[in-house]
Amino acid sequence: MNPDLRRERDAASFDAEKLTHILDGGPERTRRRREIENLILNDPDFKHEDLNFLTRSQRYEIAVRKSATMVKKLRDFGIADPEEIMWFKRLHMIHFVEPVGLNYSMFIPTLLNQGTTAQQQKWLPPSKGLEIIGTYAQTEMGHGTHLRGLETTATYDPKTQEFILNSPTVTSIKWWPGGLGKTSNHAIVLAQLYTKGECYGLHAFIVPIREIGTHKPLPGIIVGDIGPKFGYDEMDNGYLKMDNYRIPRENMLMKYAQVKPDGTYVKPLNNKLTYGTMVFVRSFLVGEAARSLSKACTIAIRYSLVRHQSEIQPGDPEPQILDFQTQQFKLFPLLATAFAFQFVGAYMKETYHRINVDISQGDLSELPELHALTAGLKAFTSWTANSGIEACRMACGGHGYSHCSGLPNIYVTFTPTCTFEGENTVMMLQTARFLIKSYDQVHSGKLVGGMVSYLNDLSSQRIQPQQVAAWPAMVDINSPDSLTEAYKCRAARLVEAAARNLQAELKHRKSKEIAWNLTSVDLVRASEAHCHYVVVKIFSGNLSKIDDKPIQTVLKNLCLLYALYGISQNSGDFLQGGILTESQLTQVNQRMKELLTIIRPNAAALVDAFDFQDVSLGSVLGRYDGNIYENMFEWAKKSPLNKTQVHESYYKHLKPLQSKL
Amino acid sequence: MAHNRCLNTCSFGPKIVSVVPEPPWTSVSHAHPHPPTSEMHLCVSRALGGDTAFNIHSVFKQALNSLGSDEQIEKWTPLIDSFQIIVTYAQTELGHGTYLQGLETTATYDASTQEFVLNTPTLSATKWWPGDLGRTATHALILANLYSSGRCHGMHGFILPIRSLQDHSPLPGITVGDIGPKMNFEQTDNGFLQLDHIRIPRENMLNRFSQVLPDGTYVKQGTPQSNYLTMIVLRVQLLASEFIPALVKACIIATRYSVVRHQSKIKPSEPEAKILDYQTQQQKLFPQLATAYAFHFIDEIVIEFFKKSYQEIINGNITNLPELHALSAGMKAMMSDHCILGAELCRRACGGHGYSLLSGLPSLVTKVTASCTYEGENTVLYLQTARFLLKNFLQVQSSQSTPTLPQSIQYLASAGSGRCPAQRTSDFLSPQLYTEAFAHVAARLIRNSAQKLHNLTSSGIDQYVAWNQTAILHLQAAKAHCYHFTVKTFVESLKKLEKEPEIYQVIKRLCDLYALHGLLSNLGDFLYDGYMSRAQVELATEAYFSLLSLIRKDAILLTDAFDFSDESLNSALGCYDGNVYERLFEWAQLSPTNTEGNPAYEKYLRPFLKNNRSKL
Repeated sequence: MNPDLRRERDAASFDAEKLTHILDGGPERTRRRREIENLILNDPDFKHEDLNFLTRSQRYEIAVRKSATMVKKLRDFGIADPEEIMWFKRLHMIHFVEPVGLNYSMFIPTLLNQGTTAQQQKWLPPSKGLEIIGTYAQTEMGHGTHLRGLETTATYDPKTQEFILNSPTVTSIKWWPGGLGKTSNHAIVLAQLYTKGECYGLHAFIVPIREIGTHKPLPGIIVGDIGPKFGYDEMDNGYLKMDNYRIPRENMLMKYAQVKPDGTYVKPLNNKLTYGTMVFVRSFLVGEAARSLSKACTIAIRYSLVRHQSEIQPGDPEPQILDFQTQQFKLFPLLATAFAFQFVGAYMKETYHRINVDISQGDLSELPELHALTAGLKAFTSWTANSGIEACRMACGGHGYSHCSGLPNIYVTFTPTCTFEGENTVMMLQTARFLIKSYDQVHSGKLVGGMVSYLNDLSSQRIQPQQVAAWPAMVDINSPDSLTEAYKCRAARLVEAAARNLQAELKHRKSKEIAWNLTSVDLVRASEAHCHYVVVKIFSGNLSKIDDKPIQTVLKNLCLLYALYGISQNSGDFLQGGILTESQLTQVNQRMKELLTIIRPNAAALVDAFDFQDVSLGSVLGRYDGNIYENMFEWAKKSPLNKTQVHESYYKHLKPLQSKL
Repeated sequence: MAHNRCLNTCSFGPKIVSVVPEPPWTSVSHAHPHPPTSEMHLCVSRALGGDTAFNIHSVFKQALNSLGSDEQIEKWTPLIDSFQIIVTYAQTELGHGTYLQGLETTATYDASTQEFVLNTPTLSATKWWPGDLGRTATHALILANLYSSGRCHGMHGFILPIRSLQDHSPLPGITVGDIGPKMNFEQTDNGFLQLDHIRIPRENMLNRFSQVLPDGTYVKQGTPQSNYLTMIVLRVQLLASEFIPALVKACIIATRYSVVRHQSKIKPSEPEAKILDYQTQQQKLFPQLATAYAFHFIDEIVIEFFKKSYQEIINGNITNLPELHALSAGMKAMMSDHCILGAELCRRACGGHGYSLLSGLPSLVTKVTASCTYEGENTVLYLQTARFLLKNFLQVQSSQSTPTLPQSIQYLASAGSGRCPAQRTSDFLSPQLYTEAFAHVAARLIRNSAQKLHNLTSSGIDQYVAWNQTAILHLQAAKAHCYHFTVKTFVESLKKLEKEPEIYQVIKRLCDLYALHGLLSNLGDFLYDGYMSRAQVELATEAYFSLLSLIRKDAILLTDAFDFSDESLNSALGCYDGNVYERLFEWAQLSPTNTEGNPAYEKYLRPFLKNNRSKL
């Protein structure tokens, strides 16, 4: 092991293994996770060449091979628990990019949610056993987040009892669905339902797209891959154009709405249950933001401990670059953020499970808030993680730019999270709608509960200048609880400001919609402030649950750093809101620098606690043993350009050039 | 694929050579080479979209012109101009980057044969990253520590043949190859190089400023400061050749797409709105557009200053060198930072389609993002600017009379009122008002960082340790200084447009937006010492929002004015005619995944599906 890393690990003030247990949710779960990961690590069937040196087609092929192998192995190993499947996938697919994945993540769940019992009996066994491979086709080339804008039509023909699916325009071509381009032979297609001359809005239809046995597109179906992307090389995101393509009536998912054989449309009972899937996926994405940022931090911090550069004092040997204050200032706030998001991810998972129990008992009361919260937190955490991963890459200097660092891959795989499952700005505005609604509710004299209860105090008191002045004295910059209060004040102030600006626009006799658009930048800021408050609250709330004293101390420091860094980056809000005074802000900046120094000795152990296997980091710079340079050289030698000493372009272009001139 | 790209760009390289007439600086007296004004090269590169090989060849040429003697320039120039040899510039090592003194490669003089022995003593001393080194170059300019008569004399440049001119194979004792795939620059064969006691003649050391005599005596001549010059030249050139076009192109693509793309409804009774009509979309894109214009005009002024100072320095007057060095470092760091962030923001503002390579945006982003480290890591560069600021600030403080300060930091001497005078919204559209606000903040942050440093050193802490403990403050001060410089310079260049009132009005709005966006995104700095009041923040915000809707009307013409051809944008989303969807569909069909069958199905999916079915 690299001597720098060994020394760092020995010097830590806490036991990294115990922190891993906390992050996993208990030692037993850590043990089981590692057991499953080791099944893959020790399995020759999952070995393959470094993906960085392969073409897209080759990467796709390996992904398909691994998916096929995986299905067999899951059966062999008897892994059925969804979370354990996740652990398994996370290691063998590294970034979860899996052409067959949509069959499990979208096709089967949609059947379960929207299919009748008969439909489930017919379609579930073959899709679970992968006799058919399904995907989910919603997004169109010209239409994304705004579902009502989708153009694909499904027109019922009572004569033959069939639906005619059609893509009437270029913009209506289904575009982006994963696994659609080359892999799937069935798709659940979202289309506008027409029957008896009326449009009834979006419904889901099971559409066979490729012939069983030959895999050729069926007549009337045009299907293919949408071409190269920023990342997701292994995924065949596809397009689908249907030319008056007929499917039987039974292929419409009819658990809620129905079309009778004669074409009569039966309306669904009003249900909020479809929220459930969205809430689940988005809360899962919060966890992904935490994991991706944690990976990037692991790589950047390990590299910064092994890399030596310049001198702090002339004559001294070159220091580890993590000893530069500017490097600490780049990385430690991100490390603190990664831990914050880990706790938020765990919180979202718990809340989802808790509320699921309520829902199954018919209690939907908490769903609107949870829906609003997951939308906002998905946007907040993915934006933050997105720029955080990129900052980690840049903190690794030139080597971060090489694919051997693994950081470019983490970034390009993570960044679509900002747009998929709801574009982030739109998500923030959904949260804002809930905040404004709650604000109005309080105004009309009704109290609100949950994470927005702070609005109750706000509106009854109508912030008075005196009260504003009373806040600063209350903020103790060494207390996570007190800082949570400060964030709460900020959120309250920004929600109030957005609500008032909205009112002002309305007074200019503008329509509600125009007023909303002209306030939307304020509304997004209000949502961000709300989410920021929630994250600080969850992080600081977790501290008291930790028994191990050394770990509690180190996490408290990270929590403080997270909160103080956020204040320094948004100091305008805290000053403008009168929440902090100028001199407190000076103390915040001073304390933040002290925390950098305090956290420094534990940096290596903190990233060790995330417990990523080298394989799942996919990074030469982030190796556990820190033997970076030897392995970079070995890695480079495998580059396809090095296969021959003299490249063919020499004979084609260079040699003629040299002799001609 | 990296492999094919390399082939393609190699074929572009020679074509460039034939289209570009003799670059203007090659024909003049080599003793006083003109500053490189490679405008023709820029145009060709712009037309070809920038993906060409032999870029490092010209870097070498600059190094040769700045560090080589007249005889050396005379000897090597014809060889490189006629492409009989292709030279790369090898400085960075596997374990060492920005900190030049840390490089490990050695060049030891052997007086008995009058040769230098070049050697790579450790793995971390392996040259790593030089462009064109992996597969293309025949020669390299190697930066190595010179040892002669038993003493180390620091970094010097040596020209070394690395490949046979007959069959291009590596010469004995040379290990050379490609460093593997990167985020972009797939067409460039960035390489590694190890030297095992390679001997080269004494004449191959570049010796304009120092030389080793046949007996091994080391002689220094001229100022070592001129060594900075190559770096400065490079940094200044990068602004217009690499950074600004990336942001400009990204703005064009995202803005055009945003008026073609319709999404949701603003009003239920109306059809789906263009996404550029959403305030949140304007808030994402217009500050980037304003920055693109700001940088374009600022670059012109930086280049003017650069040309003037370069001429003076070459003639031995180095008065402006420190300022030129600080300015080029600061502008390189700031412009690359903002262009990286801006281009990525534009990409994400295009939703899912921005993630497709067919949008052209990912490659713009991955290319420009390399710039945060090359030619000087940005944090290190900001800190260099900070040292310059600190030095001048201390001079202002200690001198009785007002010292003559370099142009870009004269605001340090003029004491402002300490209060922002704005009373109504329109006051924030006054260039004088906001320029002063930025000057105030920059001066305060510089003063503060100097004070904190002083406090530490006077409490007995070693000055180097103290510098590190206050580095974040210096970083903030340098950033604020650069921001002020850009605002002030954009305002100055506005004046040149006064004769064209219509254009002036449009660009003035962008200038206002650039300044107000900077102000509102760093609000804490302006509120901190009560320079601005809370009520003034409301006014500034109002002014900012009013600009968004004014710029909305001109947005498309503002992007058209950059006059980039569809070919050089290479984007299905950003084409001039706006036929986004037709192009996306057409281009996708051409993807090899659609034209080359599906071997994965034959190999894995077919047997797999069959097997699953037969189990029933």
